[in-house]
Amino acid sequence: MITEKGFCAKLKTFLIFAGPTTFVFLSVVIIPFLFGIYLSLTNWDGIASAYRFIGLQNYLTVFRDQLFWKSFFLTLKYVFSTVVLVNVIAFVLAYLLTRGVKGENFLRAGFFVPNLIGGIVLGLIWHFVFSRVLVFIGKSLNLSLFSYSWLANPQKALWALVIVSVWQYSGYMMLIHIAGLVNIPKELFEAAIIDGASAGQRIRRIILPLMVPSFVVTLFLTLQRSFMVYDVNLALTDGGPFRSTELISMHVYKKAFLAQEYGIGQAQAFFLFIIVAAITLAQVYFTKKWEVEM
Amino acid sequence: MKDVKMQFTVKEKKGGSILRSSRHLLLYLVLLIYLFPFYLVVINAFKDRRSIILNPLGIGGAVKLTNFVEAFTKMNYWQGFWNSLVITALSVLIIAFFSSMTAYYFLRYKGKLNKILFFMMVASMLIPFQSIMIPLVRIYGSTLKLLDNKWILIYMYLGFGSSLSVFVYHGFMKSISVELEEAALVDGCTQIQTFFKIVFPLLRPTTITLVVLNVLWIWNDFLLPSLVLISKANRTLPLSTFYFHGTYTSDYGLLMAGLLLTILPVIAFFILMQKHVISGMMQGAIK
Repeated sequence: MITEKGFCAKLKTFLIFAGPTTFVFLSVVIIPFLFGIYLSLTNWDGIASAYRFIGLQNYLTVFRDQLFWKSFFLTLKYVFSTVVLVNVIAFVLAYLLTRGVKGENFLRAGFFVPNLIGGIVLGLIWHFVFSRVLVFIGKSLNLSLFSYSWLANPQKALWALVIVSVWQYSGYMMLIHIAGLVNIPKELFEAAIIDGASAGQRIRRIILPLMVPSFVVTLFLTLQRSFMVYDVNLALTDGGPFRSTELISMHVYKKAFLAQEYGIGQAQAFFLFIIVAAITLAQVYFTKKWEVEM
Repeated sequence: MKDVKMQFTVKEKKGGSILRSSRHLLLYLVLLIYLFPFYLVVINAFKDRRSIILNPLGIGGAVKLTNFVEAFTKMNYWQGFWNSLVITALSVLIIAFFSSMTAYYFLRYKGKLNKILFFMMVASMLIPFQSIMIPLVRIYGSTLKLLDNKWILIYMYLGFGSSLSVFVYHGFMKSISVELEEAALVDGCTQIQTFFKIVFPLLRPTTITLVVLNVLWIWNDFLLPSLVLISKANRTLPLSTFYFHGTYTSDYGLLMAGLLLTILPVIAFFILMQKHVISGMMQGAIK
């Protein structure tokens, strides 16, 4: 370790090495975050320069707001379905792609492609697919499942959103699982095969326990991303039809920037932070407990 | 990444070839489904509205190349592309430059303040952007009047991007020995020289990983630029694509051509950097 002499020298090194990042980080993340907590306790409407401190009133309004809870539970439904499906599909793909398939790298790259493209463009592509192509297929083949656009149906629109998100993220999570799978020592499999373990037993007894670290990461990433989804939501359904797909991010956005109820919007946003932080921390804590020593 | 290519070479006991070929079939079938939306974009970008409505799946019929010309001008493609390029390239470079220095400092100079700052950066990764955006717009908009400016957006990307980058650099640097640096310092290098001549080159793999992660994030980002950039001339590619789509909702051929134009740069980046992107995405998550 390097030691410094005077206070001035210390300060100088700090300013050179960490000064710019610290300043920008504090001014872009920490100060707005703290200021946001304060804003959520005021009745600021976005325009008036004068606003009052009103305590927890915004939070009470939020808790009584039916539309907020509707959006919140919709988000939970979306997050749960997306996280489960993404991880299952990603793991299966990763498993199949680490067992010596021809064109492995090509397949891996192919599954990853949706991840390269932003949520807005993906949402717009699937908007076309759901409202034109699938309807065309449904009508041509007389499939009642597709003969009307899913995006116009309040029951199906959320599933359209789930499908797009699963398609978007499974390739990325697959890569993380592949990285985990190739790190499992081959000897373990050789030993297991010699001992007569079936493929199912090998998956359950060797692969899954050793893949817990990968799942810690993929669950964290998918949880965080699906809670915060906005782009795909906006481009695919814009919350419709009849608010049946207005997820929490979009709800906050509309509350603040369209309805101009900034104080309430910020209270919702802070509530979202508490939930996301609690769920992701709990997930990391509990999944880490499952990790096994090698 | 050599070990990625490593496979489980142990032969399965039973049902070898049938199992294997059905596995192949399954994988390529799933891949076809995955790539099917892109196929639709490509074929329909060359068609006019009528033939798309008649049959969005078919190929053939009249080829309409004017879709591309029209989309290109109507969405102000060059402007959007240029804005995206400048913002992404500068942000990514600045993040790599400052974050590596900060991570180095946090690791080598252990003080209470540094520990607190580092902890704050790590903890801040749990904050959803939505919890910051309202006060952010308020501070930089109505109070400081700095919005609608590319440079302030780059500034913000440094703020939002630094935590992950500092964290990843910090993790990687632990494996670099101090002796080389100490020798350089004894030989009369300043701290800055030591960092850039000795440490930074050693960080190359991490830098590549972070560049890939940050390029994909910033190039595709929508919400932050939509809040910061207001005037048409400042729009990035995702913004101009979105507004273009809002204006020409039912001219599908034109829209698909526009989407294809937006996708092409990222695909080009991927093809050029494929190895780095794949390994970067794997590494980035593990660290």
